[in-house]
Amino acid sequence: MESFLFTVFAVTACGGAVAVVLSQHVVRMAFWLVISLGSTAGLFFLLNADFVGAAQLLIYVGGTVVLLIFGVMLTASGPYLKISGSPGELLQASVVGLAFLSILIFSVLRIDWDEHFAKLEQAAGPSFFERPTYRPASEGATVRGLGAALLGTRFDRDLGTGDDELSTGYLLPFEIISVHLLVVLVGAAYLARAKRKVTRSEE
Amino acid sequence: MEQQIGLNGYLAVGAVLFVCGVICMATKRNAVGVLMGVELVLNGANVNFLAFSRFGTLGLDGQAAALFVIVLAAAEAAVALAIVLSFYNNHQTIDVDRATQLKG
Repeated sequence: MESFLFTVFAVTACGGAVAVVLSQHVVRMAFWLVISLGSTAGLFFLLNADFVGAAQLLIYVGGTVVLLIFGVMLTASGPYLKISGSPGELLQASVVGLAFLSILIFSVLRIDWDEHFAKLEQAAGPSFFERPTYRPASEGATVRGLGAALLGTRFDRDLGTGDDELSTGYLLPFEIISVHLLVVLVGAAYLARAKRKVTRSEE
Repeated sequence: MEQQIGLNGYLAVGAVLFVCGVICMATKRNAVGVLMGVELVLNGANVNFLAFSRFGTLGLDGQAAALFVIVLAAAEAAVALAIVLSFYNNHQTIDVDRATQLKG
């Protein structure tokens, strides 16, 4: 069942990505992007990352793509909806891209991951998903640990280990990224609004 | 826990997404199309993060990194769209090949 679901999600994710590259119409590209990102969220669920998959659906598919479509609606008028490069450029890029892809996949397949992970487990202890304190995927249990990690406490690392050391969490990156998002959104609103005033006064 | 699909399948999907995003960024002349390529690249990176978090020893660290990537991608899309809008208002086009004002 899992391999069947993986095949479905992987084929739709990769096919959507290829269709984004090949389609010339911007709105169709946005549609294929939704397909690709949505099936990637399915892959995340298969990887036991339930919260990240939900965030992917909410933020990427629900937020970012809608933002992109608004950008298309505000900018694309008439001939600008379809600006296509020459087919020679696409051919060149595909040849380079395929070469790069074959290098990537070749190098991934060459590495014996099991051996590396055996070494890592000797050094760092058993993996997160094999620890007895971890609640299995059927209970959907990454949310609490993830929330605690973003607030600076690591239940997933510190509970049940027996030693007194505390692992570091992600409180500072979390705060930085939240302020960053706020500043970026304010700046984006300013950028998008100020220029429109200029053009209005020019008219 | 028995796994039929190992790490390699997920890494291959991530590689395909990444390469598609790079080709998209390189060939599209529409600025919004270039942005979609960036989203694909970040998404491929996220697949790799979560695959290593599941099959490696990363655990929740990989998932936290993936969350940060998602938030940064949203921020980047907002700023880039504002720049594209501003460029469109000044030049009446979103063809990235026409953005040559800074050329020396």
